[in-house]
Amino acid sequence: MSSKGTLVLGVIGADIHNIGITILASALRASGFNVVSLGILVSQEEFVKAAIETAADAILVSSLCGHGELDCPGLREKCTEAGIGNILLYVGGNVVVGKQDWEPVAGKFAAMGYDRAYPPGATPQRVIEDLTADLSARVEARA
Amino acid sequence: MPITLAVDFGSTYTKVVAIDCDDELLVGVAQSPTTVGEGVMIGLERALARLEAASGVKRGDITRSVASSSAAGGLRMVAIGLVPDLTAEAARRAALGAGAKVLRAFAYELSRRDLDQLARLAPDMILLSGGTDGGERKTLIRNASALAAARLQAPIVVAGNRAAEDEVEAILSQAGLDCTIVENVLPELDRLNVEPARAAIRSIFMNRITHAKGLDQAEAFVGRIVMPTPMAVLEAARLLAAGDSGAGMGDLVVVDVGGATTDVHSIGSGAPSTPGLVPRGLPEPFAKRTVEGDLGIRVNAPTIVETAGIARVVSGLGERMNADQILARVRQLAVEVDRVPREETEHDLDAVLAGLAVDTALERHAGQVTTSYTPMGPVQLLHGKDLSTVATVIGTGGVFAYGRHPRRMLQAACYRPESPASLRPRDPALLIDRRYILFAVGLLAQIAPRAAANVMRRHLTKAEDVCDVV
Repeated sequence: MSSKGTLVLGVIGADIHNIGITILASALRASGFNVVSLGILVSQEEFVKAAIETAADAILVSSLCGHGELDCPGLREKCTEAGIGNILLYVGGNVVVGKQDWEPVAGKFAAMGYDRAYPPGATPQRVIEDLTADLSARVEARA
Repeated sequence: MPITLAVDFGSTYTKVVAIDCDDELLVGVAQSPTTVGEGVMIGLERALARLEAASGVKRGDITRSVASSSAAGGLRMVAIGLVPDLTAEAARRAALGAGAKVLRAFAYELSRRDLDQLARLAPDMILLSGGTDGGERKTLIRNASALAAARLQAPIVVAGNRAAEDEVEAILSQAGLDCTIVENVLPELDRLNVEPARAAIRSIFMNRITHAKGLDQAEAFVGRIVMPTPMAVLEAARLLAAGDSGAGMGDLVVVDVGGATTDVHSIGSGAPSTPGLVPRGLPEPFAKRTVEGDLGIRVNAPTIVETAGIARVVSGLGERMNADQILARVRQLAVEVDRVPREETEHDLDAVLAGLAVDTALERHAGQVTTSYTPMGPVQLLHGKDLSTVATVIGTGGVFAYGRHPRRMLQAACYRPESPASLRPRDPALLIDRRYILFAVGLLAQIAPRAAANVMRRHLTKAEDVCDVV
């Protein structure tokens, strides 16, 4: 069971857009990650529980309906409360309503405790590179 | 005539069913109170004497026997997992599927208090899980160490993260504990795998538990007690659904109303029957058993009234008894657990109580639909099994065998417009196990499946045909 890491993936909140995570999941699997996909309409609690049971290295949150500012806050705190406060949290999709400047949006999600936030149009390749870098940095930090 | 005898050492009655497997005939049925204190052979001898008196079956006619048991408390188990609604729930379902009474399911790391409670509960067996394969392993290992230190005598079945199983096995066997390692109950988050754990539980029950409970005096006569009674019922349900060599009844539900509990068994995938219904939560077992420990028509008669509300009992009885009379009567039933109804109102009260038990048990067993409002419109979520298209519902238990209003009682299993979110069978055929032989069919499922299935099919009575018999 040598994989590059275990990732929990899902579409958060009242959101049924499943194409993005389907593509992302297959790209991540192809590049050697162990992907646990929770599908659509995933609550924060489900992300946390799945991450505990699978000893996940990262949670990848997809939010496409523009409700990211409602659905995403509090996940970091729930992870902390559940004993997995150090887990990597990524978020991507159409995380805010309309076309807004990306820098302030990224700042908002960083303040919520997400390690990385991706604007619309981000490629799976970029996510794979970031994950590889972030996870190996953690391995080095532990060594 | 070579007879195959199926025996059930039940919590109240020892039942014997004689079947001629060659001619696929039900030869006779008899029962007598179970005798645990004086030795179970006494009750069995009495049941056999009655069988001979009623059907002429002699000892010499019996060429083989097979037995189940729920006497001496049944199979009492504790399930342990990591996250309450993931591995702890998967372990609980595996134990229920093996016919166990799940005393409690523990989650996360076992605390001192948890271990004290575990010792007080004194389970017959423990099912230890935690983590998906390759997932979290620390909790499983810590819990194994805690169990090792606590020196509990119960056999332990380990069905957790494969990446931790060697370490867990070493910890438990070094402590001198009886442990069996099987495949994970939840190898992946979206895959439930209860069969290996079920098989291990059954084998330990057969080889060690019945001995510990002093039920093995009967072994010289009946051979090994091969499974707990509820597992026999689940096996019967499975056989009838699949049929022998194909011609099965398809998806079905069995509801078993007892004095202390009501069991529901459903066979089928429970996949959404309408498009657009999105399943949520842990995958469902194909053969699923739930036990309602608060619903039974004797010991738990007062609880049924409390749960359903006295008004439904009063109206169910056509207002022939008032609330105070009903409450006094159900309190009496809770004490007088072997009470057999003598007059019309007693029969009616049994039917009303059983109907309410069936209603509540199905409401809890069947999947529920909730609606989530999204910017794309409302989405319907399915939690549990969708049983709306199930074709057959079978009623078993004393009240269905001897009661007077089986159709009314079993009808309560069906979909109710007042409760549209509960996906219960909409228009099933209602069948009654009037001869009380379902457990026997489960016991025979492995040794003579064809005869068992054919005998059962012939002796399931349509509910409307036994309506209001006097």
